[in-house]
Amino acid sequence: MARVSDRAPGAAGSGLNDDIGEDKRLALYRSQVVIREAEQRAFDLFLQNLVKGTSHLSLGQEAVAAGFAEAMQPGDLSFCTYRGHSHTLARGVPVEKVLGELMQRDNGLMRGKGGSMHLTSEEHGVMGSYAIIGAHLPIACGSAWRAQYKGHKDVSVCFFGDGTTNIGAFHEALNFAAVWKLPVIFVCENNLYMEYTPIGEVTAVQHPAADRAASYGLERIVIDGNDADAVYRTARTAYDKARAGRGPSLIECMTYRHSGHSRADPAKYRPEGELEKWKLRDPVKIYRERLLQFGVAEKVIAGIETEVRKVVDDATETCKAAPPPSLDILTTDVYADGGWAWRN
Amino acid sequence: MAELTYREAVARGIAQEMARDPDVVFLGEDVAKAGGVFKATVGLYEQFGPLRVRDTPISEQAILGAAMGAAMTGLKPIAEIMFSDFFAVCFDYIANEFPKSRYMSNGQTKCPLVVRTGNGAGSRFGAQHSQSVENWCMMIPGLKVVAPSTPRDVIGLMAAAVRDPDPVIFFEHKSLYATKGEVPDGEIVDRLGTAKIVRPGKDCTIIALALMVSRALAAAETLQSEHGIDCEVIDVRSLVPLDTQTILGSVAKTHRLFTVEENPRLCGWGAEIVSIVADEAFYELDGPPVRITTPHIPLPAADILEDMVLPTAERIVETVKRSLES
Ligand SMILES: Cc1ncc(C[n+]2csc(CCOP(=O)(O)OP(=O)(O)O)c2C)c(N)n1
Ligand SMILES: [Mg+2]
Repeated sequence: MARVSDRAPGAAGSGLNDDIGEDKRLALYRSQVVIREAEQRAFDLFLQNLVKGTSHLSLGQEAVAAGFAEAMQPGDLSFCTYRGHSHTLARGVPVEKVLGELMQRDNGLMRGKGGSMHLTSEEHGVMGSYAIIGAHLPIACGSAWRAQYKGHKDVSVCFFGDGTTNIGAFHEALNFAAVWKLPVIFVCENNLYMEYTPIGEVTAVQHPAADRAASYGLERIVIDGNDADAVYRTARTAYDKARAGRGPSLIECMTYRHSGHSRADPAKYRPEGELEKWKLRDPVKIYRERLLQFGVAEKVIAGIETEVRKVVDDATETCKAAPPPSLDILTTDVYADGGWAWRN
Repeated sequence: MAELTYREAVARGIAQEMARDPDVVFLGEDVAKAGGVFKATVGLYEQFGPLRVRDTPISEQAILGAAMGAAMTGLKPIAEIMFSDFFAVCFDYIANEFPKSRYMSNGQTKCPLVVRTGNGAGSRFGAQHSQSVENWCMMIPGLKVVAPSTPRDVIGLMAAAVRDPDPVIFFEHKSLYATKGEVPDGEIVDRLGTAKIVRPGKDCTIIALALMVSRALAAAETLQSEHGIDCEVIDVRSLVPLDTQTILGSVAKTHRLFTVEENPRLCGWGAEIVSIVADEAFYELDGPPVRITTPHIPLPAADILEDMVLPTAERIVETVKRSLES
């Protein structure tokens, strides 16, 4: 297949270079659209009371998930947070499985035992979504240590928010990974807010992750997290470095969440006009325009969008029709023998 | 057969498993080149090298988190937390991460690791380096919890813990490190979830753990020789899984129950055992079950104060005698 850049090469440094290619760009776009459509659907289903409990959407942050996932090799491992639907979908986990878990159905990824905050699909390399801030950074170090010890070539990637940079586990993990030179990548999605408090109000440095990198002997990296090409390129460099045995990377991706922190949070704490300003830099919109600039036909782009919408629609119907979890799983898998016996 | 100290048994137990399985790795603060602050891991670094026996920064969360990530993806890590009191700074892994990942993932995630730690009083270290916190772990579904009292059990239960597919918290008692015991040659592999009747008797059952086992045995000798009371002493060894059959069987024979715990009064492990016996063997009992514990206070540092609060053989003798005579 012809490379997009063969038809419409961009200026060097503009993000339109030809190192990515059309196939990968279409994959990056599709991945972002899947996340956008599935997350929007999750929100709608929440309003219809069909998504119970809580859910934390990545609307507006799609480029980070798509960019990192598309740069991965099979076998690379993702460690996510409660805001992890995006990263789970980006690894190819079916929409139906994710929505099923959010809707607490038997067809859910963990059959309703984990819920929205703990999406896990080891067969896709999604090694869990963690809801205790910072907990998974050391866990990703351990996975990377295993790769280093056994001579495996996979890289462990750990996604977290700006707020996470102020918890002890972040600093313990960064130092540990740097000292042991582990093949792990720490990805901070700086969406400017913790739950409701702006990160700048509670952090001693401007860039909560990148400005701490020097403390651990790491390069300071801040990128445009709304540009999937920029994310993809940065990710590729970091994976190459990790695979070559040159240690961890810490990457701060500037982005913004379009919705509230969780559930129906109306996000009233945001200053007037901030959301609108960021929506001009909507990652899905930016990427669509870029594809057109590259000469990808509108028909091709619209085809992807229609196909994805159908996937999400079908998944929604399947989940609505699915039964709730069967009660016999209540006490399974507490221990490795499959049961929950704590006594004889 | 050889005579080993409890601390030497720790190193031998770990070495036995590391020699057997190259996926067994060991990490902790000062554990490698220095051989551990309690010198319980001397020789492992020399025998197995720097890739398998690793010194870490003072980062308890990183130690346990890394152990978990390694365990999830194929290794069988043993992690040391120097003092069990420090569980409080990394309790997220013990309470939220190790024990819940398998369940939350509907069986996808495994966590075969061992956390070993120095537990218990007697070293005059004061309130933050002396606690017995096995009850902190016993209350969490998904964990297994063991606490050996002899060098032989250290090796056998360590092997069982390392080979177990679940997260096991392994409590070594600091005041036992210097004690000695006979250990057979060759490989020793025990079973989790098995209590041991360490002294058979017919008049009452005394259940103890770790350091309290030797005190219960000493009390039993005095009760026999001076008061004609024949005590059955059970070393519970494994709190989770709990060998309730051995406990209930003993109570069915002796009809009286005492527990001897280092935990402060509220929610010590003995409370759970008393509750099980009350539920399932109430009509076997000839009198109220009695818990002998430390009082509900922080542990003091000074020797005469610390000696006042830990259950002693004398206190056990007094309590048993008074209860059986009343
Ligand atoms: C240890 C801990 N403290 C607090 C919380 C509650 N909490 C959940 S999400 C969140 C905000 C995290 O912000 P950030 O790291 O920026 O991630 P984002 O939600 O923006 O993706 C907080 C405080 C928690 N889950 N865990
Ligand atoms: Mg944030």
